Amino acid sequence: MADDTTLVMGAVAYDPKVVTIWDGFRRWFADQDFDFDYVLYSNYERQVEDLVAGRIHAAWNSPLAWVRSVRLAAASGTEARALTMRDTDCDLTSVIVVRADTPYQSVADLRGATIATGAVDSPQATLIPLLLLEDAGLDPGADATIRRYDVGVGLHGDHVGGEREAARALTNGDVEAACMIDANHLQFTNEVTLPAGATRIIGQTPPYDHCNMTVTTAGPTDALARFGDLLRAMDYGDAAVRPLLDLEGLRQWVPGRTIGYAQLERAVDETAFYDDAGHVTAAEYRP
Amino acid sequence: MPDMSPPPSTAPDPGAGAATVDLGALGLDGGAHLLLDHALAPLPPGTRLVVKGRDPALAVHLRVWARARGHRVDPSSDGKLVVVRGSANDDRWRDAARAGDARAATATRADARWGLAARGALIESGGPAPRFDLDDHDVVWADIAPQLYAQALAGQWDPATSIPWDAATDLSPEVEAAVVQVMTYLIENEQAALTVPARFLGRVHPHFREIVQLLAVQVADEARHVEVFTRRARLHGDTLGVSGAGGRASLQSLLDEPDFTLALFLLSVLGEGSFLNLLAFLERHAPDPVTAAIAHLVLQDEARHVAYGLAHVELAVRADPSLRASLQMAIERRHDALRDTAGLNQAVHDALTVLAAGAWEPDAIAAGVTRVRTLEAEMDEGRRRRLARLGYSTDDAAALSALHTRNFM
Repeated sequence: MADDTTLVMGAVAYDPKVVTIWDGFRRWFADQDFDFDYVLYSNYERQVEDLVAGRIHAAWNSPLAWVRSVRLAAASGTEARALTMRDTDCDLTSVIVVRADTPYQSVADLRGATIATGAVDSPQATLIPLLLLEDAGLDPGADATIRRYDVGVGLHGDHVGGEREAARALTNGDVEAACMIDANHLQFTNEVTLPAGATRIIGQTPPYDHCNMTVTTAGPTDALARFGDLLRAMDYGDAAVRPLLDLEGLRQWVPGRTIGYAQLERAVDETAFYDDAGHVTAAEYRP
Repeated sequence: MPDMSPPPSTAPDPGAGAATVDLGALGLDGGAHLLLDHALAPLPPGTRLVVKGRDPALAVHLRVWARARGHRVDPSSDGKLVVVRGSANDDRWRDAARAGDARAATATRADARWGLAARGALIESGGPAPRFDLDDHDVVWADIAPQLYAQALAGQWDPATSIPWDAATDLSPEVEAAVVQVMTYLIENEQAALTVPARFLGRVHPHFREIVQLLAVQVADEARHVEVFTRRARLHGDTLGVSGAGGRASLQSLLDEPDFTLALFLLSVLGEGSFLNLLAFLERHAPDPVTAAIAHLVLQDEARHVAYGLAHVELAVRADPSLRASLQMAIERRHDALRDTAGLNQAVHDALTVLAAGAWEPDAIAAGVTRVRTLEAEMDEGRRRRLARLGYSTDDAAALSALHTRNFM
């Protein structure tokens, strides 16, 4: 159990830069006379379990970890809240991409095709885009072959490797389509994983939200409120935090909102990824 | 289920006069961000920019691009693509400052935060503040530096083509050995003359670009001098001369001087100043054309080094007349430190005599002795003249010149 005075946040070590970021923020919090520390997890599942068990006060969560937090918290008689999020977490989309020289014009055309996705636990490259298939009347796995690229399982898609392998599989002709987050389509094109002009987007999900700073109603109310206020007070013009904000990929922390997780909730239910109480029930998931 | 409708737009509708950019067929994977940045730059934050374009992925990529740069795409613009300008870029440059004036070095102190940036560049706040401790104009500057640098560049010579390495020489073994000994002595002296500015080079704030350039070319000059002296020493054999402990102790005392102005004073004003006479002596009395050509070319370079050293120390003394006492103490300290050493190696002294004699005969050697005595008198005269230029009285200049190291450099 964290002590009474230090606010302890969990973060998942999906990349070495996580240490740079939260060490830097920790120093900045200290300068604001706010007692903050962080612990690192190798995967989101243990982080969420520790949040709900009260071993940490806040969890820098993936969207999938948020969904599980909501369920675990409710099952234990508390409530998960999204304290804050990055400006860049709002209104993301995922896309389904084909090679430009193939005849596919819409997601419905992918009947019988092989479709590459990211890791089993990637909201943006697996869980959410596969809903597009269902909405087009295709049953993933039955009406189309899903080829998953399980890189960094347990990191909920934070590791870009699975998406990049899916994109390479598309370029190599191993698959007919690939799923990825909108930003990676642009990045992969710029880094020539996808040659310019060689791919075409045939499907785009509605907007959804990504990470949030999850807390529970059982946490220390005042300290958590101050934590959220301080994060939102970080100023991109301030040279002390700007490099850290750049590393973390945001310009501004904005108030947390929970309107952007409906698609993922649906995907979790339809794939039985977690049950209603937040137990991990996904068959092929070994974080 | 939670409401998934997009948040309502708070921005005004783009009116008839709303800013518009047409990207044509250019996509964000092909440089469209340049046109977008250019169109957004003059607009205040919150302003809407209508984006037109034919790239099929534009609608997807524009959202990605805008999000990553702190702008947003208005979701409620009826099929139109409208970017609402954010303030992230303005925030990033809010506390930026110019690294001095592009036209000239600052008259005072260079800011550590300017670091490696070009003089006059706009410096984003928050970068490293490297320690270049020679950051005070008065400590490093000399008005003549840019001119000397230009001269140095124009005066660079190629050892391979500027020296008649194949010219016939027919020296007696004794005279050739003397030339080799003098070259051996010159190499270690030039090594010291390379190391001293090289050590300071990395300490001069890059804002004083002209000084950094001048020191850099000075180091390159010395590297070339080491090369040609070495090549002459080995022209007819691979056995070099001797290196006396006293001579190396004298050079070590130059390396040990931590103060930039004092080091330049000892090295360039007094040491290299004396070397101007030595090199002129070598050119005049060289027994072979290769040695004469080398001395001629090296002398030109060394004259620039002396000019910078003298101009710098002169400026520093003018800014702080009390510096004269420090210079005097530096000479006295060095003299005391070297009191119990031999100074110029006897072998070097003799080699100069034989070199100037040009032949291994009593009459020639007598002439050589006279010429070396004349050289020493010229060196003393030169040092006294330069000391007088720094404001020392005739008597003080004479006394200080007499304390200069017997090793010449």
